Amino acid sequence: MKSSRTFVFLSILAFSIIGMLSACSSVKPYQKSKLNDADMILSARKAQKFEQSFQLYREGASGANGGKSGGGCGCN
Amino acid sequence: MRKIYLHVLFMYFGILSTYAQTRPEAAKVDSSKYQSRKLKIDEINLVSAYYHQDGNNSAVTGGIGTEKLSDFANTIDLQMSKFNKKGKKNTFLFELGVDHYTSASSDKIDPSTISSASSADIRIYPSLNWTHSNEETGNSFGFTGSYSTEFDYQSMGAAFNLTRLSKDKNTQFDFKLQAFLDQWTVILPIELRTGNTERGGEQYDTAPRNSFSASFSLSQVINQKFQASLILEPSYQKGLLATKYQRDYFTDGSMRSETLPDKRYKLPIGLRMNYFLDDRFVIRTFYRYYMDNWGIRAHTAELEIPVKINSFFSISPFYRYNNQMGTKYFAPYGQHQASEQYFTSDYDLSTFSSDFYGAGIRFAPPKGVFGWQRLNMLELRYGHYSRSTNLVSNIVSLNLKFK
Repeated sequence: MKSSRTFVFLSILAFSIIGMLSACSSVKPYQKSKLNDADMILSARKAQKFEQSFQLYREGASGANGGKSGGGCGCN
Repeated sequence: MRKIYLHVLFMYFGILSTYAQTRPEAAKVDSSKYQSRKLKIDEINLVSAYYHQDGNNSAVTGGIGTEKLSDFANTIDLQMSKFNKKGKKNTFLFELGVDHYTSASSDKIDPSTISSASSADIRIYPSLNWTHSNEETGNSFGFTGSYSTEFDYQSMGAAFNLTRLSKDKNTQFDFKLQAFLDQWTVILPIELRTGNTERGGEQYDTAPRNSFSASFSLSQVINQKFQASLILEPSYQKGLLATKYQRDYFTDGSMRSETLPDKRYKLPIGLRMNYFLDDRFVIRTFYRYYMDNWGIRAHTAELEIPVKINSFFSISPFYRYNNQMGTKYFAPYGQHQASEQYFTSDYDLSTFSSDFYGAGIRFAPPKGVFGWQRLNMLELRYGHYSRSTNLVSNIVSLNLKFK
């Protein structure tokens, strides 16, 4: 039951992504002033580095967010 | 009549202000294509954070007892670049990190040897990345070497990264392979040790823990205000994955050291979407689904809305929610069955939900922060974390960027 729910969820996610990609328009470099804004960067902020570290240790899940996924300990 | 004059005046100023806006011009082509080949410093980042937590489910004492911990973490990274004769760019990123923590629960591993209020340790972790890139196409590749050391843990890491950009530079594919070869000193709780238990007098055994991961990321510009990226990061760990100084208590009254499988497969998938709502608001979102072969499943969602007060100052409130289904090997204090092969009372691996919220400020004036031209940007963040297991923590982070 749980695995089928996960499958349905991931399918919805995949279809949303495909739908989103099909809606893409070609953006020229001179039209990217908003996309190049510091707040629009497609990664975590540098100041989030240690927030991601403590979340990695205090939670069982890790990875896919630009943070560390292994190596070094800090297990306390 | 006065109203009409005022309306005309406002309309006039409105038209004037639209003329004051500059039109985007196509970049002028530099026919000489000259690039200075000297090694230059691109930027230096200092990131510091102070973290403090408290709770009452310490894994060292079997799922009960204080989880009080403080950590003062600092990193400095220095990014330098140099063009070669063919006009290709070589970027070097050197990072050095130093963490210092105090942990009340670490006292309980061997209470007789600790004289201070809490145990303390320092972790030092340098790394160096070299990336070779073609500025025209945006394609690049690079390698990273890293090292981390603390009292009972040493880690050596290596990584390869590759970036490919589409011709119109609206689609980016990133690939990263990482390996960490770690050695962990096996420290048992005092009750389970044999032989000389004096600190420094005993030769502790060491055990390996190796981690391998691959990261696939696809970033796509959707339109002039909207972009997204999808990240898949499978990883595999092998070796000593249990923390041997953590205790587990059983229904028959016995106590053993934490024992977990020596293999772990993890599969996180993340989606990041950023939307530039208007000149004042940006919407940053992140979602991740995580699963592993220990039975942990987690949903993580983040929302951050930077509000631009003016062109160089923004305030960013954020909220993060995490819901985790715990590992099948978890049981609270005194509830493990003697027949179990694997067992842990570490609440980090249990079923819970958590909230993390706070705000950040970002200050990047054109003439430098506090009028100091070299100090390009200052960012300060505060976050409060609370978990349904009653663990609470606070973190303050500071990022200073020099150019």
